[in-house]
Amino acid sequence: MVGITAYGAYLPRLRLQKKVIADANGWFDSGLIGLGKGEKAMCNWDEDAITMATEAYADCMGRETGQAPAALFLASTTLPFADRQHSVIVAEALNLETADLRTMDVTSSQRASTSALLSALDIAGAGKGEAVVVAAEHRLTRCASREEMLFGDGAAAVSVGAENVIAELVCSFTQATDMIDHYRAEGEDFDYGWEERWVRDVGYMGILRRAVESLLSKTEVDAADIKHFILPTDQARAPAMVAKRLGIADSAVADNLLQSVGSTGAAQPLLLLTHRLEQAEPGDLILLTGFGQGCDTLLFRTTDAIANKKPLSGVSGHLARGVAEENYNKYQSFNDLLDKELGKRADTDKTAFLSAMYRNRGLVNSFVGGKCSACDTVQMPKHNYCVNPECGAFQTQEDHPMSGVKGRVATWTADRLTFDFNPPAYFGLVKFEGGGRIMMDMTEVDPDNFDIGTEVSVHFRIKQIDSQRGFRKYFWKAVPAA
Amino acid sequence: MARGIKDKVVILGAGCSKFGERWECEPADLMAEAFEECIADAGIEKNQIEAAWQATGIDSFSVGPGAMPLSMALRLPYIPVTRLENYCASGTEAFRAATYAVASGACDIALAMGFEKLKDTGYGGLPQRSRGVSNDMYYPNLSAPGMFAQLAAGYRAKYGTSKEDLKQAMAHVSVKSHANGAKNPKAHLQRAITEEQALNAAMIADPIGLFDCCGVSDGAACAIVTTPEMARSLGKKDLISVKALQLCASNGEEGGFDNWDGSYVATTRIAAKRAYEEAGVTKPRKEISMTEVHDCFSVTEMVTMEDLFLSEDGGAVKDVLDGVYDADGEVPCQIDGGLKCFGHPIGASGLRMLYEMYLQLGGRAGDRQLSDPKLGLTHNLGGFPHQNVVSVAIIGQYGV
Repeated sequence: MVGITAYGAYLPRLRLQKKVIADANGWFDSGLIGLGKGEKAMCNWDEDAITMATEAYADCMGRETGQAPAALFLASTTLPFADRQHSVIVAEALNLETADLRTMDVTSSQRASTSALLSALDIAGAGKGEAVVVAAEHRLTRCASREEMLFGDGAAAVSVGAENVIAELVCSFTQATDMIDHYRAEGEDFDYGWEERWVRDVGYMGILRRAVESLLSKTEVDAADIKHFILPTDQARAPAMVAKRLGIADSAVADNLLQSVGSTGAAQPLLLLTHRLEQAEPGDLILLTGFGQGCDTLLFRTTDAIANKKPLSGVSGHLARGVAEENYNKYQSFNDLLDKELGKRADTDKTAFLSAMYRNRGLVNSFVGGKCSACDTVQMPKHNYCVNPECGAFQTQEDHPMSGVKGRVATWTADRLTFDFNPPAYFGLVKFEGGGRIMMDMTEVDPDNFDIGTEVSVHFRIKQIDSQRGFRKYFWKAVPAA
Repeated sequence: MARGIKDKVVILGAGCSKFGERWECEPADLMAEAFEECIADAGIEKNQIEAAWQATGIDSFSVGPGAMPLSMALRLPYIPVTRLENYCASGTEAFRAATYAVASGACDIALAMGFEKLKDTGYGGLPQRSRGVSNDMYYPNLSAPGMFAQLAAGYRAKYGTSKEDLKQAMAHVSVKSHANGAKNPKAHLQRAITEEQALNAAMIADPIGLFDCCGVSDGAACAIVTTPEMARSLGKKDLISVKALQLCASNGEEGGFDNWDGSYVATTRIAAKRAYEEAGVTKPRKEISMTEVHDCFSVTEMVTMEDLFLSEDGGAVKDVLDGVYDADGEVPCQIDGGLKCFGHPIGASGLRMLYEMYLQLGGRAGDRQLSDPKLGLTHNLGGFPHQNVVSVAIIGQYGV
């Protein structure tokens, strides 16, 4: 049996209230006013597809370091580099066993994640072990566009394998067709799309429907028996229309979370799959589709094991921990959509020294410290000499991963002088359970519930953006426990 | 311990430029201004100086690397000149180098010059700078007030001091320094402030507000040192000698090991202990007449009072509020106005502090003159509370 073995998700904590977009832009396009309901997940300035993918993987697989999946695929159309494999960054941030790890970025289509999932299932089916697909999307949209109202940021992860399967793959079918419902040219930030009605009628009701029919014709399954029908789209009514035409029960149509998360592009199929898996019962049939230049269709049947397999937070957990953001300017600033005065303190040389980055990647990418084999003292960063003055032993430091270790704030400040995209900049000394401490940046701080002693966990986030050279640096930041 | 530096070297002359936003001045102009005062005070000719040390903290923002800036600014007679940088202790480091050179007998007369031209950046506060290629990858996104604000959090955590009491003491520190600076024609900021102003000023890095921060200034200060014998032969009486010169550099233990709680600066304590021993001081609060400490931020000065063993641990808030460190208090601190009013042209600060102690000990401090000071202590703290370089110097009347 081959199928899904684990699942998880990540949503940025900030939720932009769509009313503020409508308030700002309704004068220009009154059509936006009707869309100004609910909220959408938006990346903080220090989040992107990489950081969200890392979190989604952890939500799915846990934060234990040294995990050794056979493959890690990352699906996204909003990856920050054109030539640098992002799945490797995610693998190092998760401190996976990287020897004999197959990594791949899958991109250029809204169905990148379902296509990656199909390849992962092939790997598992070939007996090569567990394969994890992570999908993440940080979507940029033009001011006053329909997409700005409908798109959101988020990530999801699904692990597949041949053991401990919670949802067995029944069948799959893929149709490849170059229908351009929208496209985004190389080097462009924004999509160019065609009329929704045409996309609905020719795309969803045509290509997608026929793909599902082809899939079902390969099985004994009756459409009416499908319990979960996932059609990721930013069109609110399309999934129910397609379901009706296919004979799938209305109750099976998955909520596209357009009023709470927004359409998360290539991440949306796995995000919705995760959301439905959280609710699924043993024996449920799940039909997952991914649409874009054709259509992927996958049919799963849940097993008894699903009752005992839950993500750390899942979509539900992340939906519940949102923080309302009512500042439209902040949304635009975080997404670099404004020609904003950042001040002279932002105007410093941010060159990344790549050889030094490579040397320091244990600390920078994986948050690995050192533990003295002579006295067990933990230190950050790792060092030639033990920091314990009673010990001081030379070259006794063993790699000590700290990314899953909880800490507490020992000292802190909120700095309004230093440049930060989201001032004030919080940082301070964090002391970790079991030893080790480091002066580090903090993010997602709620000033009313934060002081010395606050519990924190550490997360892989953007540290600095070098817009001059198109580079971004990542490091770990402390996030107060929600 | 070795015999130490006590009474081996005396200050022959000292000079200090006007500190401030010296828009019209090149670094060379600031150096010349301090040097002309210094050499006139020393009563020697330029060609009697045998070696010189130049302290500059941020070369890229002022004059570029190397020692030529000093040598060329003063047209020194082709003598050995060395540039020194050791964070905010740079000025005192130049003084230490000159003092050690004289004590060693390698030369009889040496010059220590510190300066900084901070106001060519186009924005307020210290210039942005790299912390090093690898450090920049993980050091937090910090400003100087942000780093020193950590002390306030650590202090609150250790002693349970309320935010309000701590802020009150911090305000008192700044009000006191402004009152002192108002009497000093060389200070950048010569305006008294009220406690209310300090408490209500714009927040910079919690709990450090605008008036908890020192100024940012251009300036230069220098000293010429020699042996007591040479000073006598030049006709000097009432010599002011070096009693102690100590430096302590962090090794990473404070930030990396669990024995430091963030409420104090470990290096200051170590340097102070060594300095007191070198100078033969056993009861600092009784014996030290006055201090010029590194009040980059008010909370730093407050904590430093404990680190120099002038206040009991946990007692600085009360001592500060009781006026122990006011101009008319038991151990006046920042009698010249401190970094608070002089600003902190990094290379200059240590020598500016020594200049004031030298004037006070010689009874030449004008309106600020304290009655009969015997020992003056200076203190510099460069870097962050958890990893830094600290210098402590003590000077006093020779042979006393």
